[in-house]
Amino acid sequence: MPFLSKPFRMSTWQRRLVKTAIHIFALGYMIWLFGAGITDNLGPDPVNTLINQTGIWAIYFLLATLTLSPLAKWLPSPEPMQYRRLIGVYSFVYAFAHLATYMLFELQLDMSLIASELVSRPYIIVGMSALLLLLALTLTSFKRIQRNMGKRWQKLHNTIYLILPLTLLHFSWSQKTFWQEPVWYWLIGLIIMSPRFMSYVENQKKQKARARKKAAAST
Amino acid sequence: MPKPYKPSVNLNESHVTDENVYMNRRKLLKSMGFVGASTLLAKSAGAAGWFWEDEKEKTAFNGKPLDFSAPPKYQINETRTPESKVTSYNNFYEFGTSKDAPAKNATEFQTKPWQLKVDGLVKKPFVIDHDALLSRFPLEERIYRLRCVEAWSMVVPWVGFELAALIKQADPLMSAKYVAFETLYDPEQMPGQRSRFMGGGIEYPYVEGLRIDEAMHPLTLMAVGLYGKTLPPQNGAPIRLVVPWKYGFKSIKSIVRIRLTDKEPPTTWKRLASNEYGFYANVNPNVDHPRWSQASERRITTGGLLARNRIDTQLFNGYSEVANLYKGMDLSRFY
Repeated sequence: MPFLSKPFRMSTWQRRLVKTAIHIFALGYMIWLFGAGITDNLGPDPVNTLINQTGIWAIYFLLATLTLSPLAKWLPSPEPMQYRRLIGVYSFVYAFAHLATYMLFELQLDMSLIASELVSRPYIIVGMSALLLLLALTLTSFKRIQRNMGKRWQKLHNTIYLILPLTLLHFSWSQKTFWQEPVWYWLIGLIIMSPRFMSYVENQKKQKARARKKAAAST
Repeated sequence: MPKPYKPSVNLNESHVTDENVYMNRRKLLKSMGFVGASTLLAKSAGAAGWFWEDEKEKTAFNGKPLDFSAPPKYQINETRTPESKVTSYNNFYEFGTSKDAPAKNATEFQTKPWQLKVDGLVKKPFVIDHDALLSRFPLEERIYRLRCVEAWSMVVPWVGFELAALIKQADPLMSAKYVAFETLYDPEQMPGQRSRFMGGGIEYPYVEGLRIDEAMHPLTLMAVGLYGKTLPPQNGAPIRLVVPWKYGFKSIKSIVRIRLTDKEPPTTWKRLASNEYGFYANVNPNVDHPRWSQASERRITTGGLLARNRIDTQLFNGYSEVANLYKGMDLSRFY
């Protein structure tokens, strides 16, 4: 271990404190956004700001939750894993607020417009798919359900690796040109995913080597 | 003799909310008794500076007051978009792709000296400098609707003169069928032209075009000011085009060259994605952008999230008098 003799652990109280801080920030910012929006204190076009802020924070939380397991492996501490579910659920909450803002304040509950936009705009279909997958992960995030689902739980929750590119595709596609803000998040996403790619490639190599040994032994 | 031009929208300035009332609307709200909510939020407004500057900062640009007349036929009785919003919510990729970037990044933009060249298929090409832009032609205030292709809209009191006056001065040849416009190319001053990440990766300089009859239409304005003062840089100083019946991207900013041609000139957005943006780009609720509906729009004025500001989009943005320019054309093909 590079800088600790023993893995670092937090007490229950310390964990509760960190979780409370995350709740206060995530809920507080959301409440502030809607409050400022309602009173026209959210920039020239509050609807646009709210859509952008809820969307971008859904992406921040998504990227954060994907950072936690590589971080836990790298640090001499498993603590980051304690917050993965909480932050993942907030990614869903912000993504849901993003959709709600779009329907309530952008399209202003014009039902025929909502229906036609949801079925005919590819970038919205992509975004909706990501949101529905996030919903499935959120609904199965209770410990009891996780136990009951057994191995299927991990399979379902691996769709997070699909949700990230779907979300970023939705973001890129909603812009008028390619070279805009989303490019940075594609880069950050690639960096966060790179340890997983590398360990995947290594595992494949090991498996092949094992298979070769087996084949050699049996001849 | 040609019939004198009469606009379809004919209302007077008494319908328009006074600028002072706009600028002081928060104070007004408070004095009307909404003390609880607005005092709470007045404090948190400081935190807003995290994402965008305070309104006062944004209007830091001090435009020079202009002399102009306000012909009643160009006033409309729709709530004007507050000046602070008109000058802080801009698409001007030369200064960054986000809506608040131009107001932040264009503060140092030098528009003096400036030269606008008018040439091409004309008998008398000429160059006009910064001061002549403001003084050679009588200025008029015109309140126009501005409809962005992104499905939001504003109502803006522009100050300017008809493009027709400028073109007539150059004495166009009969062979001139189109007018091509070009924005300044100056990567030193325009960060978006230096970096693809800043400028959205579009090809610079920004170019636009009109058919000659569109260019000569009395509604087509060369604006040098808004809200009675010279244009702030983020709105296209020192001179920009305003074509109120077309999507906003046709109204090219900070123009340095106007060239009359016999062929349809290339236009920036059509060049980038011709399936999404056409040469004509007339506001048309019946022809959707492939990625979003154009049937309705959100009018940006005041009122926050709960304002029911989604309104039906009108053909030619409500300027029905231009319809005869497109007689017999299939507008879903020539979008």
